[in-house]
Amino acid sequence: MTTMVMEREAPTLTATPWELVYQRPAALTDLPTHYCPGCSHGAIHRMVAEVIDELGIRERTIGVAPVGCAVFAYKYFNLDSCEAAHGRAPAMATGLKRVRPDRIVFTYQGDGDLASIGGNEILHAALRGEQITVIFVNNAVYGMTGGQMAPTTIAGMKTTSSPMGRDVLTQGYPIHIPELLAPMPGVAYAVRRSMHAVAEMRKVKKAIRMAFQAQLQGVGFSIVEILGACPTNWHVSPTDALDYIRDRMLPEYPVGDFKVDARLRD
Amino acid sequence: MTRGTVTIQSDRCKSCGLCIQACPQHVLAFAEEFNLRGYRPVQLDEREHHCTGCGVCALVCPDVVFTVYRQPLRRAA
Amino acid sequence: MARELWKGNEALAEAAIRAGVDAFFGYPITPQTELLEYMARRMPELGRTFLQAESEIGAINMVYGAACAGARAMTSSSSPGISLMQEGLSYIAGSEVPCVLVDIMRGGPGLGNIQPGQADYFQLTRSAGHGDFHPLVLAPATVQEAVDLMTISFDLAFQYRTIVIIAGDGALGQMMEPVTLPPMRPPRQERPAWALTGVDGRQPNIITSLYLDADELEQVNLRLQAKLARIAAAEQRWECYLTDDADFLVVAFGTVARIARTAVRTARAAGIRAGLFRPISLWPFPAPALDQLAARVKGVVVAEMNAGQMVEDVRLIVRGRAPVRFLGRTGGVIPLPDEIASELTHMARIDAHANGDRG
Repeated sequence: MTTMVMEREAPTLTATPWELVYQRPAALTDLPTHYCPGCSHGAIHRMVAEVIDELGIRERTIGVAPVGCAVFAYKYFNLDSCEAAHGRAPAMATGLKRVRPDRIVFTYQGDGDLASIGGNEILHAALRGEQITVIFVNNAVYGMTGGQMAPTTIAGMKTTSSPMGRDVLTQGYPIHIPELLAPMPGVAYAVRRSMHAVAEMRKVKKAIRMAFQAQLQGVGFSIVEILGACPTNWHVSPTDALDYIRDRMLPEYPVGDFKVDARLRD
Repeated sequence: MTRGTVTIQSDRCKSCGLCIQACPQHVLAFAEEFNLRGYRPVQLDEREHHCTGCGVCALVCPDVVFTVYRQPLRRAA
Repeated sequence: MARELWKGNEALAEAAIRAGVDAFFGYPITPQTELLEYMARRMPELGRTFLQAESEIGAINMVYGAACAGARAMTSSSSPGISLMQEGLSYIAGSEVPCVLVDIMRGGPGLGNIQPGQADYFQLTRSAGHGDFHPLVLAPATVQEAVDLMTISFDLAFQYRTIVIIAGDGALGQMMEPVTLPPMRPPRQERPAWALTGVDGRQPNIITSLYLDADELEQVNLRLQAKLARIAAAEQRWECYLTDDADFLVVAFGTVARIARTAVRTARAAGIRAGLFRPISLWPFPAPALDQLAARVKGVVVAEMNAGQMVEDVRLIVRGRAPVRFLGRTGGVIPLPDEIASELTHMARIDAHANGDRG
């Protein structure tokens, strides 16, 4: 891929040196993502990469990509990584971690992948207290296949497979993954965060850091659910999608810490 | 006070506008021209205000287009 | 080396351990459960990985993950469990990582029963998952042969970066026979260059079976097919028993081949020159070896514990040069030597009749 980069020259006009305060993390490749404008995946990838850089673990981290919009995550992370079958990332991560316990293993999964077809795999990885980190992005729809109802679709929400709006009496209720996993003794860290505002995004990154920290400390399974925007399948603009998270998603999926192991330290 | 600036990899930009909405200094705007992908990329527009290098644009950007620099004003003097 | 009495399933487990297996992931299912139970005791003793998975789907994907890390990884199951593993097998084949499976086949379809069967022949050789691939399928007839094949299975899997399946049945898994076990080989310390180990000092390794570009995926398939062709050429295994002067041939694998040996002797005692051709590799099928025999025999009996699966391969190879009769027992019923022998007798009588000998 050829990408013309029209970079402004780094400012060197003054005698005093400019400090570089932010640049692309080393744990991300240069490849532009295939994500739609305003999709949260790109920013969440970036935060995961920043955390990996900050913890100094890039050389020993292995990523497991899902099936869904983030299926190409392995191309974007500058890490050893693999592509799991739909929903099976926690099982694959279990296999990797069990034979390489000195490596940091994480999965990156969407809501259809993790909460629907991969329900059994995530449940049992958590029950076993696998020393893996799970980044779970909930945007309430199947994005890659074009906006079908997900297990996390909120009541009344219109999708291509719930065209009248999700009717909970016939199509079931939304699933709350960190609340479900938090009571399990093997789970060290289970929280929900949201991408709808600047302050909330800072908390997302902190939570990702804590989730990796849990694995580094070996205190158990860690999962961060992140409410992300899908402007395309919500049929709203990227900026309106943030309001959609705040007004529609947050009432169903409150942010919060459902389990933080006492041994965990930042 | 600090002075800041950003460099923008325009051809990565997808015109989502999240940075424009989030920028506390209101120094980001869409360019008139299109980039290689057919989007009008974001650009720095400091006619009315100045960038402080706070990095909020880089935080919200899904496409990692920003590199952020900062310079203490006293040093610039 | 001392000969010891070992149960098939446990002998397979101990052979895998001595072959240097790093990790076992499995799920209980009769009639292979003793293999998993044996691993549950022995692997932790040796400081290796044992994990009882939440399902066969979980188990095969754990194998996939461990294999991606360059470990010698395996699982074992029985027919319905192998069906559940097909998803993972397809991904493993598409990603070209090595692993070893044991299928101790039982009666089907559906829940079927827990008696011996051979009705996974198609599943293992033809349809181990979606897409174009074949695992290397090895079918032992004795516990000793199961041990011997298991001993080489990881080397084959790593040599070709392919799936190796040991295909036994409930009879082989449950029976006890004297065996000589191989010496213990230490688990491998080095990891292959393609393995996921962390990017320390090199470009990232990526293991995937996803190629959205049609031309690119076709290239992947062509490479995979070329590899399978190399396996097909180099890894055919079979055994001939009294075939040198045989007029009539029994073709059978695994447990049925043991019974067929008795039938061949019975037929010979009755004056029929019979022989046994036993494929050991079910994929690749030892076609050239059978082809040579088919050119000169007067008839072929194919005996299987299924409704007629390997017989299709045999007919393709015999190509009408000799009549092919099929004897199949299903539902977990094991054919008796006399049943196979009477097929040979019947075939010899028809042949004599056709040649004008109306005795």
